[in-house]
Amino acid sequence: MSRIRDNYKSSPAGRFEAWYKDGYDPMDDRMDIHIPTQTEEDYDPADVIAELDLEDTVYDRTANRALRISGYIYKILSIVLCVVMIGVLIWMVQYLPAFGQPDNPVNNEVSARYIGSGVQETGAINFVTGMILDYRAFDTFGESCVLFIATICVQILLRYDEGEKDPENVRRRHQAATDRLFEPKNDIILQKVSVVLVPLLFIFGIYIILNGHLSPGGGFSGGAVIGAGLILYLCSYGYSKTERFFTIRTFRIISLAALITYCLAKSYSFYTGANHLESHIPLGTPGAILSSGLILVLNICVGSVVACTMYAFYTLFRKGDF
Amino acid sequence: MSISVLFASHLEETVAMILFGIGFSLLLLNRNLIKKIMGLNIMDTAVYLFLTAKGYIYGRMVPILTDGITDPNAYTNPIPDGLVLTGIVVSVSVSALLLSLTIRLYDRYHTLDLDKIIMEWRKEEDA
Repeated sequence: MSRIRDNYKSSPAGRFEAWYKDGYDPMDDRMDIHIPTQTEEDYDPADVIAELDLEDTVYDRTANRALRISGYIYKILSIVLCVVMIGVLIWMVQYLPAFGQPDNPVNNEVSARYIGSGVQETGAINFVTGMILDYRAFDTFGESCVLFIATICVQILLRYDEGEKDPENVRRRHQAATDRLFEPKNDIILQKVSVVLVPLLFIFGIYIILNGHLSPGGGFSGGAVIGAGLILYLCSYGYSKTERFFTIRTFRIISLAALITYCLAKSYSFYTGANHLESHIPLGTPGAILSSGLILVLNICVGSVVACTMYAFYTLFRKGDF
Repeated sequence: MSISVLFASHLEETVAMILFGIGFSLLLLNRNLIKKIMGLNIMDTAVYLFLTAKGYIYGRMVPILTDGITDPNAYTNPIPDGLVLTGIVVSVSVSALLLSLTIRLYDRYHTLDLDKIIMEWRKEEDA
């Protein structure tokens, strides 16, 4: 019986099965490249120290005269550059137009137009919101995309892959896991305070987002407040409680849905002739909460993207994962 | 023209320029990477201060419709406010990106000193 088993194992079918079940590498022992088997214990400490000393004398500033001199030159040059730059900038300030005068060149017909016909054209009482989410909505779309791309880049740089083989990265992943193991920290003061503060922060953030076209605020500030609430909840109650409602899946769905909604809401004008577009969305009564066309929707989109981004930055910096 | 006269006539702009210079010198003279990022953020703050100072007009209201007045001469300039908003968002993203790059550099070289990082990098390149 065992004979047959051995034959099967060495036969192509047996090797295929082993390869399929991940227990066998067909290129095993046939490659020249091997993972270095030498560990840290194999080094003689004295050798390493001697080598380091040699390198230090080559690269050390105090021993290497050319490096030292170039360091001095760099310092002197940068101090001179800083002093000259501050001097030139302050010298230029006296030629600026007087502070706070109505006839300054910045206060031209563009801002007059935004204020003069902003309420009829956008329906928003807050002229700044009307400007950034209606006249210049595409610019704000770019901002949301910048935030989203920054989150993705931070994730690429900081995320620990589960299939990581590099011992350094495995060590860091274990560190992150132990940070998570001792949670929740059960800080009684933090928990009692966050019981009161977190709902207030969420409600305040939603209020700021929904009133973006009526009062100071909008998607960016409200989203930052909601993100702060999420971070406070995470700090006091730990990942296991937070992950009941916010995981990386939630982050992806909310961010992508918000960005796609924004994109579709604002790029339709490209397909319908861009200029002098008839918007069929009624502007409503200026001052009412359901007014000003798409601005409310866009504010909600921006707010959710910002809240997700703030929370993602915090979790990524803390443990490299969601 | 002495600087006290400038402080009297252009307080916000002068302070913004000084802040910009402080951030710039931090960026050039400090070897610590985290402090370099702080310098960059101080420079950002100087730009926001300058922009908001440009938008302000004495004796006018914030650009939110009040009592149905749509006269442009009643409100301050809303455009610099929108630009500052853009600047804040970009600054947050850039800071996060730089900080995560710094974390990776620290993991590899176990130092935040830029000179030492460059030294280690040269050693690796020579080896």
